[in-house]
Amino acid sequence: MTTTPCILMCPPDFYGIEYEINPWMDRRRQADHALAVEQWQRLRQTLESLGVKLSYLKPVAGQPDLVFTANAGLVYRNLVVPSRFRHPQRQREEAAVQEWFAAQGFEVRSLQSDAYFEGAGDALFCGDTLFAGYRIRSDVRGHQELGDILGCQVLPLELVDTRYYHLDTCFCPLAPGVAIYYPPAFDDYAQQVLCASVPELIPVSDAESAHFACNAVVVGRTVVTNTGCPDLHRQLRDRGYEPVACPLGEFVKAGGSAKCLTLRLDGEEASGWRSG
Amino acid sequence: MSQTAIPNEPFLEEVEVHGHIIDSLILPKILDCIMAGGGTFRIKEIHIGQARTNPSRALIEVRAETAERLEHILGQIADHGATPAAVVDCCLVAADIAGAFPETFYSTTNQRTEIRMAGRWLPVADQEMDCGIVFDPTTNAARCVPMNEIQPGQLVVTGHAGVRVFPEERSREPQTFEFMGSAVSTEKPKELAIRRIARELAETRRAGNKTLVVAGPAVVHTGSGECLQEMIRTGYVDVLFAGNALATHDIEQALFGTSLGVYLDQGHPAEAGHAHHLRAINRIRRAGSIRKAVEQGILASGIMYECVRRGTDFVLAGSIRDDGPLPDVITDVLEAQKKMREKLQGVAFCLMIATTLHSIAVGNLLPSHVKVVCVDINPSTAIKLTDRGSFQTVGLVTDVAPFLRVLVEELTLLKTP
Repeated sequence: MTTTPCILMCPPDFYGIEYEINPWMDRRRQADHALAVEQWQRLRQTLESLGVKLSYLKPVAGQPDLVFTANAGLVYRNLVVPSRFRHPQRQREEAAVQEWFAAQGFEVRSLQSDAYFEGAGDALFCGDTLFAGYRIRSDVRGHQELGDILGCQVLPLELVDTRYYHLDTCFCPLAPGVAIYYPPAFDDYAQQVLCASVPELIPVSDAESAHFACNAVVVGRTVVTNTGCPDLHRQLRDRGYEPVACPLGEFVKAGGSAKCLTLRLDGEEASGWRSG
Repeated sequence: MSQTAIPNEPFLEEVEVHGHIIDSLILPKILDCIMAGGGTFRIKEIHIGQARTNPSRALIEVRAETAERLEHILGQIADHGATPAAVVDCCLVAADIAGAFPETFYSTTNQRTEIRMAGRWLPVADQEMDCGIVFDPTTNAARCVPMNEIQPGQLVVTGHAGVRVFPEERSREPQTFEFMGSAVSTEKPKELAIRRIARELAETRRAGNKTLVVAGPAVVHTGSGECLQEMIRTGYVDVLFAGNALATHDIEQALFGTSLGVYLDQGHPAEAGHAHHLRAINRIRRAGSIRKAVEQGILASGIMYECVRRGTDFVLAGSIRDDGPLPDVITDVLEAQKKMREKLQGVAFCLMIATTLHSIAVGNLLPSHVKVVCVDINPSTAIKLTDRGSFQTVGLVTDVAPFLRVLVEELTLLKTP
């Protein structure tokens, strides 16, 4: 028997490119707001159709990236380690997020150290191991502390391509021991660690990676991505997964896609601790 | 004290890294980073988590040739989670009276030492055992100061916090001091040992460092004065420390051909020879100093003559049983110590020949990076030196005459100018 998948989203009421904190963002290349709303609604409907129970963060004016709920924090059972953003532009999101989690009955435990940590954007379970991206946004020290808090193995992976600034832009666990990844986003050590720790790695091409192929939402055997990833979809189908393409180009303009727009609250499909 | 024998990477910091540092390759990455940055490392402690979920922890000493390089490496590895191990600044207390430390003063060793001030490690200059460490805030420098030289108000390091000591690492120089496994050797082949001492003298000179010879009067009594003179003439001796006796008997021999009244070439006593050494001292006192005696043509040969002629520094320290003494002898022991400390600047090698008390006195003043060879017919001299903390001492138990003869032969064979 499986539990109902639960995902947190935030309506894109105030979404837009208001600052530039990654190579995708360019205030001169503004998002089409109406189209962004339409794309977000389509993603929401897709997830609902998959039986996902959705919760919503209240959008806040002046916090355009609040829409990317994956960066709100890391959920582990009833515990939430909230994000501490590197960029001041996003630090404004921290209060609203923590308030929401507390109101929902989660135990909110902030990192004791002053390390930057950007939530599920940089920390993804694959099996019992938490894979954690560092150097561009999150600090490795924060990950070391996470290991102490959660009592699980944490393997920090150095990210080296600023276009793939969060782990969830270049790595997506599908099931314990299975993940999609974009190898050039990682340094040599991280690539070795991934190869040694994840038996089945599905690499994506440069072109599809640029369409945020790795930034996928996994619900059961369904994998929801942006459009423009036909090779990955073929590989997924070959492995018995069901890929679904949702156009999310207006969010790619800010450096996010399907996964960034969601935060799984009951444990990702690939996590070993999820009560299935 | 001299910077001569400081290891290749004198700048270092201890960093700590913890987490799943093995499976994540974080530890090898940090070590690679240190090497790539031109540094070296030593894992001082490592604790590996037994279960997969248990974190591991490593304490790593990072070394680099320059402070800038170390800083760069530390910056790089900090990004991978290596952070400086928790350390505190040293504690300073102002001296309240002259000539004494505050009660809880840190007592120094002869090993290279650093103190932590404002989060940075500062080298301690003039390293010497049994001193205190004084920090000067105006120059941001620290140095060893003997108890009797302390002035009120000087900031003295107290306690052990924020002080670190570097044991001498002999392994960096496998060709030099490893020839005798035990500190004192009576059984080992002497000639091989002496050949290596000759090489050490040549290497010290080649490196632009100074050699100190501490010699007792037996050098003259045994007729080996000529060998020491030859070493001075050929530039292997930069500084000579001795007492009234060595200089007196050397000058006696130069003026009268006797040592303590005995003709060295014939072996029998001279008539009224017992007064020769007093007459020698008297003649130098009348001249004003050894240098003046040389300049006036009164003294024209011998060890002291060669020192003056070649400009080799010498310090003659007095003792309670001295005759005369010679005018150059410093009779105030604190003054003598001060002069000896001054002349130790730049010394990297020290040869102690046939003198017990003077050897121990000099051993007390030497930082541990100065290599010491102690040659004495009595094994207890070298043992005493080591017992008193001069661990860098290698002892050679032999009669001084054959030792110096073979040493000079070996130096000649090296054919170095």
